[in-house]
Amino acid sequence: MLRTGRWMLALAVLAIAGAAVCTGCRKTKVDVFPASGAVAGWEKTSDTRTFAAKDLWQYIDGDAEQYISAGVVSTATSDYKYQGQLEAVVDVYTMGDSAGAIKILEKGQTKDAKSVQLGDAGIAYAQSVTFRKGPYLVRIVAYESTSDGPQALVALAHGVEAKL
Amino acid sequence: MKNRRQFLKTAATGAAILSSRRAGLAGMLAQHAEIGKSRVVVARDAALHGTGSQPDEKRVLDLLDRAMAAYTGREKPVEAWRRMVPPDILKDKVIGLKVNGLGGRGISTHAVLVLGICERLQQAGVAAGNIVVWERDARSLEVCGLTVNTDSKRVRCFGNDVAGYEDEQVQCGPVRIRLAKILTRECAMVINLPILKDHDQAGMTFSMKNMYGAVDRPYLLHPNNCNPGVADLNCIRAIREKVTLTIGDAMSSVYQGGPMFRPEYLWYPNAIIVGEDRVAVDRTAWQMLDGERVKSGLPTLEAAGRTPRYIETAADATHKLGVNDPQRIRLIEV
Repeated sequence: MLRTGRWMLALAVLAIAGAAVCTGCRKTKVDVFPASGAVAGWEKTSDTRTFAAKDLWQYIDGDAEQYISAGVVSTATSDYKYQGQLEAVVDVYTMGDSAGAIKILEKGQTKDAKSVQLGDAGIAYAQSVTFRKGPYLVRIVAYESTSDGPQALVALAHGVEAKL
Repeated sequence: MKNRRQFLKTAATGAAILSSRRAGLAGMLAQHAEIGKSRVVVARDAALHGTGSQPDEKRVLDLLDRAMAAYTGREKPVEAWRRMVPPDILKDKVIGLKVNGLGGRGISTHAVLVLGICERLQQAGVAAGNIVVWERDARSLEVCGLTVNTDSKRVRCFGNDVAGYEDEQVQCGPVRIRLAKILTRECAMVINLPILKDHDQAGMTFSMKNMYGAVDRPYLLHPNNCNPGVADLNCIRAIREKVTLTIGDAMSSVYQGGPMFRPEYLWYPNAIIVGEDRVAVDRTAWQMLDGERVKSGLPTLEAAGRTPRYIETAADATHKLGVNDPQRIRLIEV
């Protein structure tokens, strides 16, 4: 009877440990995309799509190679809309390490880029914001140019940064 | 610059020679040899976009008509289209319109151009259900502003994700690929509707590169800056013989950072480029793209180490897809 109890206790401990490990697994796939309303004025308008490195061509065929050579592990993307009008896309590239994120960010930088305080480094243009934080590279692109667009994009970028 | 009457006369001379153009590629090349030059029309409208980021619908249709008139020498749109589409295809065969939505919203073939072509084809006698607007998948079509439709009573619009790919692989240079069934089984003729873009791998993407959307694994054709991948692909019989006309969307473009949408490099050429010689069309587009790069203070594609060499390869003695020599391209700008 005592022996049976010990076995049951051991099984219970194993079950709890297993559950903890699974919870940890889920945490590695945390959703980095702010929900609708989490950032003022922004609505998430599509499901998140995720691409492993080997499938990245399905999303950005012709552009995938530069990310692969920089060590991309996976890419997630979702569409957003600001105040029901300004449409934008948020791409989150998970690189193997920060060096990969640095490489991509520096490649896309031009002399007219405006530096913004986001993550480890960030740049902004009238219709886009790109920043890196650790192994993550985040690019947010708006499809229209509006007067309040730049500020709104930076606000959304802060919303993403907070979840990384 | 020529006036409208002069260029129509010039275009008509070429059009008369081209009246028997459906003799296939050999016939087309023979015609090129006869007149000595491949014709490419670049039609522009500086006011196409007005003050917004979207082109004006009526102006796009007018621009399309002007481009087709210049190319065919026929001022009436219906006559121009009947000159470009053979009678047997007009009557009861399917015409595919291969658009490009890869770059996502902001840098995809404009729906307004696609709809304008659909309208003119129908006016020329093509049944609505015999027009198929086509891309890789539903999402690529949606970003162009198009809606998926498989109802054969209307213009159809769907992707390879619906129609699928052939089971049998075909050789394309050193790799084996599968072709889209829309190309192989559905269409008797394809009008190529690419959008002009800088391309990280290829240097530039326009007419020939747009055919990457007709295969199951396009990334296999990317090595060595897509050379000879682009040329090899366009040599595949179904592409070489069915894709006979390019009506290229150069209304907006990205001159750097492509093929995805990079608004910091957005540029409005406000143009439509028309031609049957896909090599000459690409050569012309490349020159336009380089012109904008230089104007913006960027190096040419060659200086940047991204020369679209596949254009030269496509014109070589092995591929014989068209003319790359600017001296042998008759550029008609209207």
